[in-house]
Amino acid sequence: MLRIVNFAHGAMFMLGAFVAYYGAQLAGLPFYGALFVAPVVVGLFGLLIEVAFLRRLYGLDPLYGLLFTFALVLVIEDAMRIAAGALGSPYSPPPSLTGATNLGFTLFPTYRLFVIAAAIVICAVVWYVLERTPVGARIRAATEAPVLVRALGIDTQRLVSITFAVGVALAALAGVLAAPNQNVEPTMGDKIIINTFAIVVIGGLGSIGGSVITGFAIGLLQTLGAVIFPAFNDTLIFLLMIVVLLIRPSGLFGSPASAK
Amino acid sequence: MTLALLGSRRGAVVAIALAIVGLALPWFVYPVLAIDIVAYALFAVAFDLLLGFTGLLSFGHALFWGGAGYVATILIAKAGAPFPLAVIAALAYAAIAALVVGAIAIRRQGIYFAMITLALAQLQYFVAFQLGDWTGGENGVQVSSRGTLFGLRLDDDKAFYYAVLVVAALGVWFVVRVVRSPFGAVLGAMRENEQRAVALGFRVDRYKLVAFVLSGTLAGLAGVLFAVGNRLSGLDGVDWHTSGKVVIMTILGGIGTVFGPLVGAGIYESLDFFVSKTPIGDKTNIVMGTIFALCVLLFRRGIVGELLAIRARPKGAPPS
Repeated sequence: MLRIVNFAHGAMFMLGAFVAYYGAQLAGLPFYGALFVAPVVVGLFGLLIEVAFLRRLYGLDPLYGLLFTFALVLVIEDAMRIAAGALGSPYSPPPSLTGATNLGFTLFPTYRLFVIAAAIVICAVVWYVLERTPVGARIRAATEAPVLVRALGIDTQRLVSITFAVGVALAALAGVLAAPNQNVEPTMGDKIIINTFAIVVIGGLGSIGGSVITGFAIGLLQTLGAVIFPAFNDTLIFLLMIVVLLIRPSGLFGSPASAK
Repeated sequence: MTLALLGSRRGAVVAIALAIVGLALPWFVYPVLAIDIVAYALFAVAFDLLLGFTGLLSFGHALFWGGAGYVATILIAKAGAPFPLAVIAALAYAAIAALVVGAIAIRRQGIYFAMITLALAQLQYFVAFQLGDWTGGENGVQVSSRGTLFGLRLDDDKAFYYAVLVVAALGVWFVVRVVRSPFGAVLGAMRENEQRAVALGFRVDRYKLVAFVLSGTLAGLAGVLFAVGNRLSGLDGVDWHTSGKVVIMTILGGIGTVFGPLVGAGIYESLDFFVSKTPIGDKTNIVMGTIFALCVLLFRRGIVGELLAIRARPKGAPPS
């Protein structure tokens, strides 16, 4: 939305998981608490980065934002490797969400059901805020015609900062949700961010609906892929990206005009 | 400005200075580190042909560097191929890979181009990971002997270094020739204003693709020198961090300056080596990332680019 491509989003995802992990280890922070604490902590960190650094790069080629956030990834990842070691640590879901739920036709891990439900709720809230509230309207206007919006007396800079921080907070929230399903480790964000890029290319940028639909479709495809060809499951998303680019270069939901 | 430098007497002085540094290098640092520096220097120059002179940011150049390295080391280690044959096969692989990746990626521009090249490089990474029988998976492919070239025993590290230096110098010379050719002028015109180049009747996509293939093939050459120099090619070489590393070297040195990426590669590799000897150990990215972040924030023209800007500025003029 902001036309900032944040390479460090994967790193923020990883930081979210680490806040949950350390919160539990050092302060006995329960999982449900981490769902609130991690986004706030990491979101504030994101706000700091936006205000101190990223702001200076607006107005330049957007590639500089990509490069700066790439530098951040290197620093944050190695800082976490120094702080936490390279090996992963397990993080267990709360007892109320362990075990399996009988869905009638199949048994499904309860925690995964919770993650699916949470993801749907979060996507719906984001969509609602952006599309149906005055704040969302301002954010959309500020990305389309920032000068005009400033002329109407709205502080677009502040809107951008807040939107960036919320985006980072959501990445951290996703990190907490993912923590019980995988090891909490410094490189856990890498795979996510590259897959996210492929999803964005497939779906087309700036379209929340497009990204959500593509994201869910890819998740489904990868799960099926894991059953059909386990060895090449990781490559499926990239193959799909190639096919989409050959057929429809602007992405499935992108308009050709925005395909720059 | 830069092009003027290349042809000027000052350019000749810089070239001679670099040649002296290149010749003397293995007497000051461990020869394999010298090989790394020269291989990365060629890699960065090849990359800059695309970023600095064509205006395309690839975030997937590890595909050519690491992929060609695998092809060469696998041929030497498993088929006993002589060194020159392994190099030719690896270059063919890099060129074909660049043709395919380029043809897909140039459908988009800017950030999308970067993301697509990154994703395609990652595709090769996963394939290399899965083909463990060939690539050795986490262990990589080890080469016990580098073989000979025109009767020269390449197993001597210094001898191999000088062979690498000659090849890399030819590679850099080739890039300079390309940049100064009419073809290079069209690339520059596209970078400055793509619409205008289209309006002038140039088939922009063809030019981009040729530039991509040249850049990818040279990156492959550099990757072969690196892998054979270290007698090892592994997943590190095809990992996205390697793609990022060449981006850092090029921008740190100065994009579009030809000599800048050489300087950037030299500084990066030597700094990386020295930092790895401190208590930070292998977490050198915390230092390299900080330097790169400062470079993006404060001196986007890179070291050589800023120096050129200082020289080019008339006396008494304020800094731009």
